[in-house]
Amino acid sequence: MKKTLKPREREQLLGTMYGGPMGLWFTLFFTVPLGIIILYSFMKRGLYGGVEWEFTLDAYRQMFNPSFAMVVVRTLWISVLSTFLCILIAIPCGYAMAKSKHQTFLLFLIIIPFWTNSLIRIYAWISILSTEGFINSLLMRIGLIDSGLKLIYNNGAVVLVLIYMYLPFAILPLFTTIDKFDFSLLDAARDLGATKLGAIVKVMFPNIRSGLSTAFIFTFIPIFGAYTVPLLVGGKDSTMIGNIIVDQVSKTRNWPLASAFSMILTLISLVGVFWMLYNGKREQMQKGSKKTTQQALEHNIKAHHSLRGTK
Amino acid sequence: MNYHKYSSKSGFSFSYVMLALVIVFLFIPLFVVVFFSFNSARGMQWDHASLIWYKRLIFESPSLWSAFRNSLIIALTSSVTATVLGSLAAIGIKWYRFHGRSYITTVSYLPMVLPEVIIGISMLIFFSAVKVRLGMFTIFAAHTTFNLPFVFMMVSARLDEFDYSTVEAARDLGANERQTLTKVIIPTIIPAVLSGFLMCITMSLEDFVITFFVSGPGSGTLPLYVYSMIRYGVSPVINALSFVMILGTMVIAFIFRKFLKTVAASS
Repeated sequence: MKKTLKPREREQLLGTMYGGPMGLWFTLFFTVPLGIIILYSFMKRGLYGGVEWEFTLDAYRQMFNPSFAMVVVRTLWISVLSTFLCILIAIPCGYAMAKSKHQTFLLFLIIIPFWTNSLIRIYAWISILSTEGFINSLLMRIGLIDSGLKLIYNNGAVVLVLIYMYLPFAILPLFTTIDKFDFSLLDAARDLGATKLGAIVKVMFPNIRSGLSTAFIFTFIPIFGAYTVPLLVGGKDSTMIGNIIVDQVSKTRNWPLASAFSMILTLISLVGVFWMLYNGKREQMQKGSKKTTQQALEHNIKAHHSLRGTK
Repeated sequence: MNYHKYSSKSGFSFSYVMLALVIVFLFIPLFVVVFFSFNSARGMQWDHASLIWYKRLIFESPSLWSAFRNSLIIALTSSVTATVLGSLAAIGIKWYRFHGRSYITTVSYLPMVLPEVIIGISMLIFFSAVKVRLGMFTIFAAHTTFNLPFVFMMVSARLDEFDYSTVEAARDLGANERQTLTKVIIPTIIPAVLSGFLMCITMSLEDFVITFFVSGPGSGTLPLYVYSMIRYGVSPVINALSFVMILGTMVIAFIFRKFLKTVAASS
């Protein structure tokens, strides 16, 4: 560094040197591609894939086509149901883990299946549920059934496997927030006459709101954008938005429609993230510490992602 | 730790039962796969113990090994790139104010929160718009993009605990920027850099959805190979492969064990 630089200029230069490469990388491989998607969603479809440079709202209009609308509705109910069940199961788990003396070991147990390749885990479920799979072979051997039950390639299988895949996404943030919760508050509530469940719902839940919203968002968003699970364990009537997007790109070659559906996914994800931030911020305000949006985002994402190795 | 008092009345409570059931639920599929990888027959009817599928996996699956080689090349290159770019950016953003700082911070978190399908599709459309042929390079670019946020986040977290006056002291003693970086900053952040790097390797080896969109002929990675095995003709070799991959996961989780504790304690 030359000594002649003013401190402000020097800061600008060093900051750009350090941060610039990553900024450029993200601009080229994230911002521009996302921009292209936004642009394409307002264009006319090309005959053989690609687009024609003509502004139109056709893609968004096509989304109201009953067959697509049904997929959107299905995606919504499958995601809401699976997310809800995940969180319902995860709350007692997070609670038990937070109170346990063997936290690291329990974290291990949750993380090992979680970090195992997602396709392997889906494959494992296929080999359990399929007509000649583990459950059917077992039931037939003990003579409970004569022919294989149809356990796979339906919406039930999709919900089950989605819960399996994303349960740890709900457990980990709930564990981290419940772990910080002051359990003596529950004793106080009980001393004041609350039932055990009443104390948990009325005293603990408001205090772990940020954990609940983080768990909700990080379960809901990937489930809402699920592609592999409905493809591999779903039936003909299990298509979700993720599958439409891929089909529109690779088979039907309607890029504007794929882009429009991607916009829906992106917008819903962003709304979710901001809602999560809002909850995190409100909780911090109640606790009296000020945090910027950025810090709140960092905090929430950190609490969640530091424990996970996969998406 | 006075809060253990609350549950002392009933050591065998609902939440513990639930947790135990969930852990069983999470492990059953893995056990089934591992168990049947030692089955000599093809189906889910137990015949007798055999290592035939392991033999096939190791000696008779050349395309699997070339997919694994691709996976390793991409994991290494993209993780190194992401680690270097992400760590440098974390330093710059932590200590210096410059144009584009808030843009970089915001954009570095988004790839983590958007569904993978979106990242994959947008890159696919981008690469075909700028006419880049799909192959190893495009996979490398995609993996670096989704790896970067993790390194950035982990190194930033480490820098939060770092005292900037150390850097000032080094400068006062006459160190130039490069010396400060290599002798003061890097030694302090190296644990976070290494964990970030390991995390990148793990995620890169495991990614299917994004890779699926940006791969071209001949550039298939291991997860893509597993996918085609599931989709087009399941062979019990996949059971054997699963066990190997589960073991790999356990080794990685074991390497991470110290890190898990710190995270669980600090976050």
